[in-house]
Parts: sequence; C-alpha cells; structure tokens
Amino acid sequence: MDRIRRRPGLQVLILIFPSLFWLVLFFAVPLLIVFVYSFLSRGPYGQIVWEFNLGNYARFFNPLYLRIFARSFTIAAVTTTLSFLVGYPMAYWMATRPPRWRNTLLLLLMIPFWTNFLVRTYAWILILRDTGLINQALLGLGLIQEPLSLYGTEFAVIIGLVYGWFPDMVLPCYAAIERLDFSLVEAAQDLYANEARSFLRIVFPLTLPGIVAGSILVFIPSLGAYITPDLLGGAKSVMIGNVIHSQFLSVRDYPFGSAFSFVLMAMMLAATLLYFRVGGRTL
Amino acid sequence: MDQTFAVELVNVSKRFPGPSGAPAGEVVAVDNVTLRIQDGEFYSLLGPSGCGKTTSLRMIAGFEHPTEGEVYIHGRPMGLTPAYQRHTNMVFQSYALFPHMNIERNVGFGLEMKKVPKEEIRRRVTEALDMVRLSGYGPRKPSQLSGGQQQRVALARALVNRPEVLLLDEPLGALDLKLRKEMQLELKNLQKEVGITFVYVTHDQEEALTMSDRIAVMHQGRALQVGSPTQIYERPSCRFVADFIGETNFLEGVVEEQGEGVVCVRVAGSLRVLAETDEKFELGSQVTAAVRPEKIRMLPNPARGTHNSFPCQVEQVVYVGTDTRFQVRLAGDVLLTVREQNLISTPDPTAYYGGDDRDTYAVWPANAVRLLRD
Amino acid sequence: MTTAAAVERPKAGRVARRGSVLGRVMNRGISLSGVLGFAFLYAPILILVIFSFNSSRFVSTWEGFSLRWYRELFNNAAMGAALRNSLIVAGASTAMSTVFGTMVALAMERHRFPGKTAFDALLYLPIIIPDIAMAVMLLLFFVMARFGLSLFTIIISHVAFNISFVAVVVRARLVGFDRSLEEAAQDLGANELRTFWHVTLPLLMPGILGGALLAFTLSLDDFVITFFTAGVGSTTLPLRIYSMVKLGVTPEINAVSTLLLAASMCLVLLSLVFQAKGGGTERKSYR
Repeated sequence: MDRIRRRPGLQVLILIFPSLFWLVLFFAVPLLIVFVYSFLSRGPYGQIVWEFNLGNYARFFNPLYLRIFARSFTIAAVTTTLSFLVGYPMAYWMATRPPRWRNTLLLLLMIPFWTNFLVRTYAWILILRDTGLINQALLGLGLIQEPLSLYGTEFAVIIGLVYGWFPDMVLPCYAAIERLDFSLVEAAQDLYANEARSFLRIVFPLTLPGIVAGSILVFIPSLGAYITPDLLGGAKSVMIGNVIHSQFLSVRDYPFGSAFSFVLMAMMLAATLLYFRVGGRTL
Repeated sequence: MDQTFAVELVNVSKRFPGPSGAPAGEVVAVDNVTLRIQDGEFYSLLGPSGCGKTTSLRMIAGFEHPTEGEVYIHGRPMGLTPAYQRHTNMVFQSYALFPHMNIERNVGFGLEMKKVPKEEIRRRVTEALDMVRLSGYGPRKPSQLSGGQQQRVALARALVNRPEVLLLDEPLGALDLKLRKEMQLELKNLQKEVGITFVYVTHDQEEALTMSDRIAVMHQGRALQVGSPTQIYERPSCRFVADFIGETNFLEGVVEEQGEGVVCVRVAGSLRVLAETDEKFELGSQVTAAVRPEKIRMLPNPARGTHNSFPCQVEQVVYVGTDTRFQVRLAGDVLLTVREQNLISTPDPTAYYGGDDRDTYAVWPANAVRLLRD
Repeated sequence: MTTAAAVERPKAGRVARRGSVLGRVMNRGISLSGVLGFAFLYAPILILVIFSFNSSRFVSTWEGFSLRWYRELFNNAAMGAALRNSLIVAGASTAMSTVFGTMVALAMERHRFPGKTAFDALLYLPIIIPDIAMAVMLLLFFVMARFGLSLFTIIISHVAFNISFVAVVVRARLVGFDRSLEEAAQDLGANELRTFWHVTLPLLMPGILGGALLAFTLSLDDFVITFFTAGVGSTTLPLRIYSMVKLGVTPEINAVSTLLLAASMCLVLLSLVFQAKGGGTERKSYR
C-alpha cells in the first residue's frame, strides 16, 4: 500500500487501465479497422480483396451518392435553422423566468431529451402518417379532402430531427442568455432604443456564441442521422446513415460502407473542432 | 543552545514546477527561509498574498514537502512524513467541515482515526465543544451553523486531538469585522489557556499585532524580519516591513554626519534630519529615514533640543474621528503625513496647528527615526 | 454565477418600457414560444401514452379507455425475453462502466501524466461520434475477430460508450470538489485510502449514482449500436420495438413504448436530481 502511495504514476495507471484497455481495444482498434477497410474492396464472391485502392472514395463522385451527401447536408442545415427558430425564443423565455422556476424548466427540458430516441421518433409516425393524428384532424374539420402525404417524406425526417435535437440548441442559448448582463439592455433603452432594437443590437450579438454552439450541436447528429430517416423517411429521403446501414447489412460491401463511415466521421470531426474553436466553453 | 523548538524551518525552499512541468515558468514560493518557533508561542506569519506564508504553513502540516531544507517538529526532522502521521492539526481558511457528517462526528474524526474508544471520543468531543462554547451542537450539521460557529467547530476539531502545534490558515478571513475582532481575543485567550504553540497565517497586520507573541514578516518567499509586535512596529528592519506595517513617511537622503549615537541625514538637499541609532553609517551613503505619522506633532513654534523641527505648509486636513490626518509640505518639496490624536472635542482643526496665517512646525524626536539602508 | 448574485441584476425580460406596446407584444411572443416549445416537446409523448390506452385495434380511432394492450404485453413471451435481455445488458454494462468511468474520472481530474491530452480526446470520442459509425465499427471488429455476435457483444459495445458518459458526469462533480476537505481528513490522521473512503467517496456518491443511472438509461434505450452488435436470439426491447414497427403500427407497440418511456424518464429524472445534489462540496473562496 505504501509503495502505491509513493508512486503516483502507479496510481494513475491502475485508475485508467480498465478504461484505457476497453477504449483502445473496442474503440480505437475498430476505428483503425474501418479506416483500413475503406481502402480495400469487395470481390465478386463477397470476400475482401486486400489491395490498397481508392475506388471506394472515387465512387462518392457518382451522382447518386453526391445527391445523398447534398441531401444530408441540406436536411441537417434546415434542421439546424428550424431548431434555432424554435429553440432560441424558448431559451430566452426559460432564462427570463424567476430563478426558482429555471431549474425545474431545465429538468423538464432534459428529461425527454435523454430518453428513448427510437420511441419518441416512432410517436411521430402516429402523428404524421396518412391515418395519423394530423390528417384525421384536418379531414375531420373538412379542411382537406384527401390525406396529406406527410409521412415518408423529407419533411417528416426534418420534423423528427428537429424534435429530437432542438434541446441541444436550447441549452447553450439558455446558458448564454442567462449570463447576459441585462443592465446593458437598460442602457440601450436609456439611449432611445426600443425593445426590438435593443434585442437585435445588444442581446442577439452577445448571445451569438451560444447560438453557434447550439447550431453545431444540432448539425452534427442531424448529419449522421439514422433512425429518423429510417422510420420517418422514404426512398426519397435516404441519408448518409441509411447508406452505411444498407452497405453493412444488406449489400455487405464492408469496404464501401467503411469508406462512407469514415467520411461521415471526418465531417463530424471537422464540425467538432469548429465547435471547440468557437463556443466550446459553454458545453 | 540546547533548547528544542516547537517548530523549526531550516533553510527551507519550495519551488513549484511551471504549467508544463518544465523548469521554465517555475514558481519559487519559499526562498531559503529559516524560522524557529518556541513552545507555547503565538507565532504569526504575516505578509501580502503570494509571500509564501501559506506554503510555509502547509510544509509544517505536511501537505507540501520542502524542495530544499528541512522541517523539524520538536527536534524531529519531518522529511517526507505525510500529514496524517504528524502531530500537528490545522484550522483551514474555509473550515473544511465534512458536510456529510454532523458536528460530533466532525470533531471526533481525528480521534476515530486514532482508534480511540467510543466512550472516550464522546467525552473529549463534549469537552472540546464546551471549550469553544458550542455545547450541545453535536447533532447538528455544518450547513446549519453560522460562519462564526463553523469556525469554532473547526477549532474544536483540531484541538481535541491535543496536537503539538496548532496551525491556523487565515481562519478569520470570512467573518465580518466585529466578529473578527471578538474572535481574535478569544483565540488569544484560548491559546494562553491551552498552552499549545499556535502558528497563525494572516495578511492582516493589525490582526498579527493584536494576537502574536512574535511575528515573521514575509515577502516574495523570504522572511524579512522576525520579532515581537513592538519590535516589528517600532524597529522595522527594512523598507518593506516599515511600509507594510502601519503607515510610514519615507525620507530619502544622504548621511552627512555621524556622531555618538546620532546620525544626521540631509534630505532633499535642504533638511537636516537627526536620527538616534547605535549603528554606524558611512558618510555620503544613501539612506532612508523612516518616521511614523503619529510620532510627528504640529506645533506653532519650533522646539529646542535633539528634535527634528521643520517649518511646514499644511496642504490637506482629513478628520477621521479618533485622529486628524494632515498632509504637510516641508522645504525641498518633501511631503509628510501626520496623525494627531483628537484629544479635544472640536470640529476646528486649526486648534491643532497654527492656521494658515501663522507659522506651523512639524516636530518629532530623533529616537522616532529609523534609518533603513534599502 | 456567484458574482451575479452580489449585484442586483435587473429583471431580464421585464425590460419593456412602461406602456410600450412593442414591449408587451414581444413579451407575449416570448412567453408563447416558451410554452409552445414545451408543448411541442411533450405532445408526441402524450399522444403515445394516450393511444396506448386506446381500446380500439385501429390506432387512429379512439374507442375508449382500456388496459387490453398492456395485458397482452404480459402474455407476450418474446417481449418478456427481450425485457430480460435488456435488463441483463443494462445491468452488466452499467456496473462495469460506472466503476471504470469513476476511476478514469479521478485520474483525469487529479493527476497529470504523459499522453493525458490524447487520452482525454479518446474519452470524448464515443460521445461525439454518430451512433451509426460506432455501430458499424464494432460490427466490423467482431466480424474480423471472428467473435460471434451475442449478448456479450452488446454488453461490450455498451460499456465502450458508457465509460465516457459516466466519466463526464463524475468529472463534473470532481472539478469543484473542495480538496481542503480531504486535506482536513489527512490532517486528522486518515491516510489516502481512509480519506477516500470516509470523505471523498461519500461526497462523490451522488455524482457516481447520477452517472450510473444515466448509463443504465442509455443502455436500456440504445437502438443503433445494439442493432448492429446483437446476435440471433439476443434481442433487446428497443430491437423488438423496431421490428414490430417495421411490420406496421400496432397498439402493442404503443403500450410497450409507453412503459419503456416511463421507465427511462424516471431514471433520467433520478439521474439529474442526483447530479444536481450539492452537498456542500464546492470550494469556497474568500479572496
């Protein structure tokens, strides 16, 4: 025991060993494997051809896949924008409640966010499909004659993504607004700015870091979405995640799937680095 | 010289590595300090933040180990002995009461660690709580107590173990002024009662002067002067000590004459300041004459004898209740701060000096001048 | 946040000038968006719960309150097996990841060592990486290692991401931890181990429990990673739900989803409550 005390290096080793072992073997090594596989190819009988080639990456330039990349980007961008439009006012409201309320509101925000994503996404099927709640209501009210085709579209995917990830926009915005010194707003009003202008010129710019942080936190998972397009989307709303899925479980072209996976991770990494550069402190 | 000191620091230095662990950016917190603390003394380490006093205390406690030098407690070298094996106990600045234990368990914790039987723990804890006047507070939790009460619990928790030395790290810092003054006296009395050596760290010089038997003034990792409060105040050994403790007027000058127990310094080319001192100074050497404001009097006429007496112009008068402070200008553009006690009750400061149209002299005795070389 | 308390900050949001129409409109708008935001968040959940009590077989038409589908769940053997698998996986992965995660959190917050920054990055990666990427990564690994897919592979995969989550939660607790409490314990005669046992661990416990509850929930709810690393016969609850959804919307799905959601919401609530419990361990500073 005394020997352990005198050697802090040994203490550290004992503490990190299990995690180090686990993460290296079951994370770093698999990562490496994916990386290596992305440069291989699949032979005619489904076996792996161990020859370095960039064929997989070249295939990305096929219009089919380029469309999928573009679509994923667009969906993620729209999701982020909508999350901002929904999330920022909500964050503002939360941050301006009496302090006693705020913790409860935060709790209420976070609880659904951390629970079952699959189930919450499924709930939207009940709402959006042809015999779902929205169509029922609209038909019942006589506003439409035929059910709207909401389910199985990009629209459904976007709604599902916004629903799933907008709390990740609310939290950093909330933090930024809460930290704001509102005597600055009073000063602006003392200098003849009305509420709208004091918001646009003072509050909004000063909370921008929170908005940026939130945007990245929503954009990243939206780009790599899998469950949402799988459950709510159709053939026309295939995203990167779905391609990876089919490559691994239907087509079984592991090398191609790995390449896709790797590109996705690279995009994530870029976005993450951007996040830490701009708004990392709020996390 | 066979006396064993309660605590001794011998040539102790402590260096902390820079942020990346490299020697560059290294911080020297304590620089070759030697201190000897006597048994039963109330000994204070006094200095501004960053002077090394807390680090020195922590080296006595065993939370840090000297990079160089040695710490002795009752003659025994401490070496790399960890804190839990030393017979010292500390009262922390933040009190560090265990929030998940009640007061009784907090105070008894040290005894529990030493495997003292439960009955005795209970008895001694009750005794300790009585001593700090918190009888019956055993079942409560620290969060239910006020700052002052928490402080006393921390004290009880340390004293119940009957340590050889009690270490106190600015324990009164969080208390409001009135409470702090009360606690200062209480601590002083407690120390006399219990008889344990107290080593007390503070940046508040008034606190140190009030409570200590001896004070070590520290600055930038070094111990500049060690002495009784009177010695430190009346006979500061260097400029920093004279400046840090109380207020001082500093008069830069050149030694002009060296007599029998008296030195004459020419200040600002025109003033001849007399200082009583047994030290020998080289003629022509640079020296600073230090005079405390309360030693200077404002008189309407020059005094005779071995006094320093200079005509002055009053520039500012500030009434501070017990005293009146004057800013006066002497010949040669020398500015002095003077404090006169308000012995008479009158709002008119001109009672203390000659008034604008009359002569005023700043007068102080030669034995009130300290000559400092730096 | 403590500095703000020292100065009386003007009440945010109430900065409308007296009698200002624009101000009132804006305030109303903000309040509306706040309430609507929460309604948006909870509406689908409510709809799901309500329709799980629908006695009709046709999900879209309400025919009265009934517990029929819940009763059918109890008789569903496949569902029971899936639940059992979920609990085994969640239990095992939580136990391991809580221990490993707490240990690693202590190392990261209290020690310096070469390669710490790199290891820190490695610790954060499982949180950042998209589920699908991690899922296929692990699948490929197991295939290459000729490790048959089973309940074990699911557990292994869950531990792989849960370590990081537990570590984050426990680290948050450790950051503000008042070290002088540990020093006080040592000063009173407790060596490193006893200090950890009597002081550090009890005070850290709410954070550790919070992390454990979070890990349990994440494991229970996980779909994507489980989907790729599960063997035949090692179906968990989310997997079961997914295959049912693929076949078509049925009321049983609503019932089991409601139960799963209720369970995980309770667990998350507990986790957040534990994470927030102060306990007075924050460092007090007076300077």
